[in-house]
Amino acid sequence: MATINVEKTHTGGHSDAHAHDDHAHHQSFISKYIFTTDHKMIGKQFLVSGIFWAIIGGGLSILFRLQLGFQDMNFAPLRWLLGDWISSTGSLDSEFYLAMVTMHGTIMVFFVLTAGLSGTFANYLIPLQIGARDMASGFMNMLSFWFFFLASVVMFFSLFIQTGPAAGGWTSYPPLSALPQAMSGSKLGMTLWLISMAIFIASQLLGGINYISTIINLRTRGMSFSKMPLTVWALLLTAILGLLAFPVLLSAALLLIFDRSFGTSFFLSDIYIAGEALPHVGGSPLLFQHLFWFLGHPEVYIVILPSFGIVSEVMATNARKPIFGYRAMIGSLLGISVLSFVVWAHHMFVSGMNPFLGSVFMFLTLIIAVPSAVKVFNYLTTLWRGNLIFTTGMLFSIGFVSVFISGGLTGIHLGNAAIDVQLHDTYFVIAHFHLVMGSAAFFGMMAGIYHWFPKMFGRMMDEKLGYAHFWATFIGVYLVFFPLHYIGIAGFPRRYYSFTNFDAFSGFTDLNMFVTVAAILTFSAQAIFIFNFFYSMFLGRRASANPWKSNTLEWTTPVEPGHGNWPGEIPTVYRWPYDYSKPGAREDYIPQNIPYAMTPESNLPHENEMIDREKDDDSIIVDDETKH
Amino acid sequence: MLEMAMENNLNLTQAEQAQAPLSMHPQKFIVWLFIVTTVMMFAGWTSTFIVAQADGAGMAVELPGVFTVSTVLLVLSSISMHLAYRSGKKDNIGQVKAFTAATFILGVIFLVLQFQGFDSLKANEVEFVGGTVIDSFTYVLPFMHGLHITAGLIFLLVVLVKAFRYKVHSRNMASMEMCATFWHFLDGLWLYLFFFLQFN
Repeated sequence: MATINVEKTHTGGHSDAHAHDDHAHHQSFISKYIFTTDHKMIGKQFLVSGIFWAIIGGGLSILFRLQLGFQDMNFAPLRWLLGDWISSTGSLDSEFYLAMVTMHGTIMVFFVLTAGLSGTFANYLIPLQIGARDMASGFMNMLSFWFFFLASVVMFFSLFIQTGPAAGGWTSYPPLSALPQAMSGSKLGMTLWLISMAIFIASQLLGGINYISTIINLRTRGMSFSKMPLTVWALLLTAILGLLAFPVLLSAALLLIFDRSFGTSFFLSDIYIAGEALPHVGGSPLLFQHLFWFLGHPEVYIVILPSFGIVSEVMATNARKPIFGYRAMIGSLLGISVLSFVVWAHHMFVSGMNPFLGSVFMFLTLIIAVPSAVKVFNYLTTLWRGNLIFTTGMLFSIGFVSVFISGGLTGIHLGNAAIDVQLHDTYFVIAHFHLVMGSAAFFGMMAGIYHWFPKMFGRMMDEKLGYAHFWATFIGVYLVFFPLHYIGIAGFPRRYYSFTNFDAFSGFTDLNMFVTVAAILTFSAQAIFIFNFFYSMFLGRRASANPWKSNTLEWTTPVEPGHGNWPGEIPTVYRWPYDYSKPGAREDYIPQNIPYAMTPESNLPHENEMIDREKDDDSIIVDDETKH
Repeated sequence: MLEMAMENNLNLTQAEQAQAPLSMHPQKFIVWLFIVTTVMMFAGWTSTFIVAQADGAGMAVELPGVFTVSTVLLVLSSISMHLAYRSGKKDNIGQVKAFTAATFILGVIFLVLQFQGFDSLKANEVEFVGGTVIDSFTYVLPFMHGLHITAGLIFLLVVLVKAFRYKVHSRNMASMEMCATFWHFLDGLWLYLFFFLQFN
């Protein structure tokens, strides 16, 4: 027992230390809402900033969809917003089109689906679900948000400078991004992009280090890894991926900064501009691609893993059934995480790399289909014969599975090097990743917001508006992204300003128009959510402490938990989080903090044996309190 | 031994029940995670170096002798760091101050020598800008390591101030332990970079 005695002095000890004085003192506005170290408020800060960025990123996509759908459109009425980016004849500036595409990608991938998604839910859920008072370091956590805020300010500022924001694509491949003379977007805009991303990476690392340390070290008594909710598992692996991948992007970004601002030639070689040779020799732009995609591929899993976790949780709760294959879910998360680091070169099949190497990466890429399919199978079998309760969160979870399947299947096409040569950089790729990563992660995020809103703000979101939002979004994303597959197979390349100049791409104007209209409708439908979100925050129906009858620890806190989360002692965990509809139980859910001793009617034989050990634990708890 | 191991196993199975999960000091854990991020950054750079060299991006650079001197000094600073840690454990506050200060001074001299190393590189016509990719890397790797050394020096300063306020002793070793972990890591990282540049 010696080891255990040592261990418990950690977790039990200093978490209780500041437990009781929390609700006594009143915080000022600034320390409560702005420079807060409370993980719940930091989570909300990430959420609101994420929503802000989603509006900007989505708005940009509407602007360039207008250009793609209506090539001869007169943009003059938008001059109040875009100024000189609209020419005197009312057409959109072609370099600004590229800038918008670039910023749409950067904002959506990094600022919305990384910071807005895992920033929100990792901060909000980790301490609440593992039974901790707060993060391992509240100060680092606050720093993480304010670094993100600073990165946001720099990126937002770059949208308004005269030479325009970065325009070399969200991947910012050199030499385009490395040479200021290459295009106007590669001037100040690119510099600001790099500064913003460097700060952003610092923010992600501060956050991620904190998440991992919290999950490993601050779990409450009984919260072993095999009893952790899948959300926490997913967020743990997300943070680990970020920890390993983001530093590599930083090292690439620093070398790019040296190339741009100091004249080194890491990524540059033999370049002629206006007939004159540049002094750069010996570098290789492919090096950047390798470094970038070593981050870039784990990054798409950083985007999707939190959604996996959220959907598992929401789905089990609202199907009133244990999640199917809890251990298989963890195994597939681990499998996806490991594989994410060995597939990056499938983004580079057409970069002229060795075809043998390509076949290795193709093989590894296709293996990812296995854990992904395990997850999909488990979601479907969790739904199978469940007592489904169609809350908005549940609808978005089911929608997540739908778009994840639709988008995932095309991944099998694109993972094949031979097919990818045809489809690379076409709208087929756009359709693929917008469904499997963009929409799926977005649906997971929405499921999480609708599900945990009562905990976040103590009020319920309106279900009818939620339904309207779900169906408009669900139908909308299919109307937008499904046609893009056809356009892609027809060979339409991405990032083109206009197709009417090419005979080969003169078709599909009607389909492009259709996609644009669908995009506008889908984007507008998000206004329902925005209204619902802010209206419910202040005027929604008051929530009860556990409105969804869920098992995890966050629902054992008061309706609006204070700093420190539990007013009394932190609950102890006795069982896994998925005891829904257990045969014989009085209710269809048994929260994690209910000991087996209290549920003799539903215990399985081996669980009855654990009752004795629970008694042991009581003595430990008493012993613990006398010590501190 | 076997019995002890079995007892530990027994405890582990019991830890599955409602008992405190395995954990360590959260801040120390954070230091280790920070080390992981640094390792990934330098792994990124050195693998880029190797690929660039395989592409024929430049000849290997002969490192100036100053770097050898600075390497020896950094190893010495690691030893004095360890001595400071040991004195802390033995509540020998005077030695804690002396050895932490010695580590700090050795660290500063190391940084100065690194910059002299850059000067000798320039004298040998190895330039950061204008030369080959390998030439540039010969500057980037020590420079980035130097940035981390600067962070380590700030950490040392914090511990030194604490030591002068009698806040580093056998029952309050967390900051000293973390500082020592980080400093030994920086030492190891430099040894890796030094031999990497020397033999590539």
